[in-house]
Amino acid sequence: MAKVRKGVEVSIAIADAVAQADVDVIAAYPITPQTHIVEHLSEIVADGELDAEFIPVESEHSAMSVCCGSSAVGARTFTSTSSQGLALMSEIFFIAAAMRLPMVMALANRSLSSPLSIWNDHSDVMMVRDAGWIHVFVDNGQETYDNIFCAFRMSEDPEVMLPVAVNLDGFILTHMIEPVMYEDDELIRKYLPPFKMKNALHPDNPVSMGCFGMPEIYTEAQMNREMGVRNSYPHIIRAWDEWGRLTGRHYRPVETYRADDAEYCIVTMGSYGETAMEVVDTLREQGEKVGVIKIRLWRPFPLEEFRKAALGKKHLIVLDRAISFGTRGGPVATELRSALYGRPGAPSVVNYVAGLAGRDVSRKDFTNIILQGKQKAASGDTEGFTLYGLRG
Amino acid sequence: MAKTSVSSPKNVERAEYLAPGHRACQGCAEVLAVRLVLKALGKDTIVAMATGCMEIVTSPLPITSWRVPWIHNAFENPSAVISGGEAGMKAMMRKGKLPQKKINFVGMGGDGATADIGFGPLSGALERGHDMIYVCYDNEAYMNTGIQRSSSTPYGASTTTSPAGKKSIGQQTQKKNMVEIAAAHGIPYVATACPSFPFDLLDKVKKASETPGPAYIHILSVCPTGWRIQPSDAIKYGRLAVNSCVFPLYEVADGRHRLTYRPSEKKLIPVSEYLSGQGRFRHLTDHDIEQIQARVTRDYERLVKLSDQE
Amino acid sequence: MAKPMDQITWQELETGAVVVEVGNSTQYETGSWRSERPVVEKEKCIKCMYCWLYCPEACIHQAEEGHFEADLKYCKGCGICAAECPAKCITMISEEK
Repeated sequence: MAKVRKGVEVSIAIADAVAQADVDVIAAYPITPQTHIVEHLSEIVADGELDAEFIPVESEHSAMSVCCGSSAVGARTFTSTSSQGLALMSEIFFIAAAMRLPMVMALANRSLSSPLSIWNDHSDVMMVRDAGWIHVFVDNGQETYDNIFCAFRMSEDPEVMLPVAVNLDGFILTHMIEPVMYEDDELIRKYLPPFKMKNALHPDNPVSMGCFGMPEIYTEAQMNREMGVRNSYPHIIRAWDEWGRLTGRHYRPVETYRADDAEYCIVTMGSYGETAMEVVDTLREQGEKVGVIKIRLWRPFPLEEFRKAALGKKHLIVLDRAISFGTRGGPVATELRSALYGRPGAPSVVNYVAGLAGRDVSRKDFTNIILQGKQKAASGDTEGFTLYGLRG
Repeated sequence: MAKTSVSSPKNVERAEYLAPGHRACQGCAEVLAVRLVLKALGKDTIVAMATGCMEIVTSPLPITSWRVPWIHNAFENPSAVISGGEAGMKAMMRKGKLPQKKINFVGMGGDGATADIGFGPLSGALERGHDMIYVCYDNEAYMNTGIQRSSSTPYGASTTTSPAGKKSIGQQTQKKNMVEIAAAHGIPYVATACPSFPFDLLDKVKKASETPGPAYIHILSVCPTGWRIQPSDAIKYGRLAVNSCVFPLYEVADGRHRLTYRPSEKKLIPVSEYLSGQGRFRHLTDHDIEQIQARVTRDYERLVKLSDQE
Repeated sequence: MAKPMDQITWQELETGAVVVEVGNSTQYETGSWRSERPVVEKEKCIKCMYCWLYCPEACIHQAEEGHFEADLKYCKGCGICAAECPAKCITMISEEK
C-alpha cells in the first residue's frame, strides 16, 4: 500500500493497520462496538490480503488465551474487545502481562454492565488499571491508526515485552469516518522490525512458562514485573520518537494545548480532548486563561511529565469517564491527586464525571464544566466528584 | 486385544521428557500417564497445561521437570492456549518466519479442568479444527485442592464435596461422558486409555499425533491418595477398572467406535472387585453396587454393539 | 543448578519468570520421602523392563550388572515396581533399620 490520505471509518483503519503490520494471529470474539474491526480483518484475511490465522473464538476468555498461546510461540498477535468482553477475559488479561507476552489490543472503550450499555465510557479500562498492561489513549482516527504500529513496536521491544492496549472511545471513534493518512508499507516495514522473542516456545529451546510461585519467591517475581513496567518507559518514548521522525506525527505521554501560560487546565483522556481543545479556544477569546492537559499514556503512569504540566497551575478540572464506587473521586482524578500530593505548587483538583454510557457532552457542557469547575476550585469546593448532567 | 505396534517395554522410547524430582505423590498413575504420553510424542512437542496436580508438582518456580517446551497459563484454558500456539506456529511457518517442522501441540488438563471449568474452551478448540491433541488425565475429582468432586467423579464416590453420609451416597450424578462429547464434535480421533495398558496408550497417542486435526484422549489416572488405595496398587486398579468394563478402552476414529480391548471371559470381573478395595467406595451397599453393575453392563454392551456395527 | 527458592533476588529471575534450565527438578532428591525401598534379587531379574515402564518417577535404570534397579536419590518407595515385576524379584523393605 502506498502512502494515501483516506476518509475511513476508524474501525476499518485499525484493521488496515493490523494488516500493514503483518500480524500472524488475530483472535477475537464479537462485541459492540468493536465488531467492525474484526469483521474487516476477517475480510482481509479471507481475500488473501493479509496472511494470518483468524481465530473466531467461542468467548473473550478464549480470545485472550489464544493470544497468550500465539504470543508465547513468538507470533505477532492482535485482538480487540470492549466492556463485558474485557471483564470476561480479565483473568487472562492479567496473566498475559504477568507472563510478559507481547500483543496488541484495540480496546474500544465501553461502559460496564449493569445496566447493559453498549455505549462509550472508560469503566472497562479502569477495571484493569492494575493488570500491568501498557495503556495508550487516542483522540482521533489518525492517532488510532498510528498507534497500532507504535503499540506493536513498544510491545515486542525486547526491553519491554508487555502487552499494549490502544484505548479508543467506542462509537465516538470506532464508528466515525475520519481523515487518516495511511503510511506506505515500506515505512511500516522500516519502523516495525520482525518479532523476535527471546524465550519463545519451540522444541529447540524447551523453556517452562508459568511455573507456580511459592510465598518464598512470589514477591520477587512481582518486583521483577513492576520494574519491567517502569523500565519500559524510555522505550515507549523511543517508539513514539521514531514514529515522529518517520511521519512527522509526534506522540508524548502527556500532551498539552495552550497550557504553558494557562492559570488552570482541564484534564482529559481519549476523544474528549479534541472537544476540550475547541472549547478552550473559544474561552481564551473570552479572556479565560485556560488550557488542556491530555493524558495519552495511562500506564505506566507518566509521573514526571504530568507534574511538569500541572505544577504551578492554580486548578485542574479533571474529566473522568467512570465512577469508582465508594471512593471520593473518579479513577483519573484519584490518580492525579495522588501524583500531586504534597508537591510544592500543586493545583487544587476538581473532579467531574461526564459522558457515562456515551451520553453526549457538548461544547456547551464542556464550557459549563470548565467554568463551574473553576468556580468550585476558587471557593475551595474540591472534595469528591460531580456527576455532570445528573437528573435528580 | 487389538494388536499394538509396540508390545514390549524394550521397544518403548527410552528418552524421558519429564525429569525425576517432581513432587507427585507416591504411586501417582497420573504423572505416569503424562510420562508415557510424552514418550509417544517425542521431543518436538509443545505442552499447554491446566492448573492442577500435574502443573503444581512439575513447576515450583524456579524448578521445572519439563524437558519439552511447556506453558501453564490458567486453569480452564490449555485447549485455547495450545490452539493459539498451533495457529501462531502455523502462520509463522507458512510465512517463512520459521523453518517448517512437525510439532505436536498438546493441551493437557485434569478432569475438573476439562469437564467442568474448561468445557467451553475445549469445545471451541475442537470445533475450530486445530491440529492439536487434548489429553485429559482423569483422576475423577479435583485432587490437587483436596479431593473435591467434579462432573467426572463416578456415581457413588465419596469426595470432600460429595461426601458419603447418612443422607447421601456420595456423588449422586453419573460421570459426564467427555469421550462421547468430544466425539460429537466430529473430530477425527478420540480415544480412552490407561497407563495400566501402556502399549494401548502409546499407540493411541501416536495415532493422535499422526492424525491431522483435533484429537482427544481421555486417560483414566489412578490416584492412590484420592481413591484411598495403596500406592503400589496404582497399576492394578487401572487394570481392574478396564477389566470390569467401568472404563472401557476404545477409540472413535472418523466417527467409528472400536473397542481396542475386550476383557476375555477369564479377565472379566464384576465391578465389586474394582470398587471394594477403594476407600472412596467403602460405604456402598450391595444394592448400590448392583445398580452400578447394571449400568456398567448396559453401557459396555452398547459400546460392543457400536464397535461391532460401525 | 537453580538457587534455593528463598535466596533468589528479583533481578535473577528471567523476564516473565520463565525457567530456562531444562528439567532442573533433578536437583530435588525425592528419595528422602520414602519409608520403604525396593530391593532387587539381581539373578532373578529377567530384564523385561516393566519396572522401568511403570515407574512414575522415571528413576529406574539398568545397573552395570545388567539388572534393573531404582535410583535411590529419587525413588519414593511407592512399591509399583515390586507389585508389577513379572519375575517377582523385587521386595519392598523398610527404611528403618
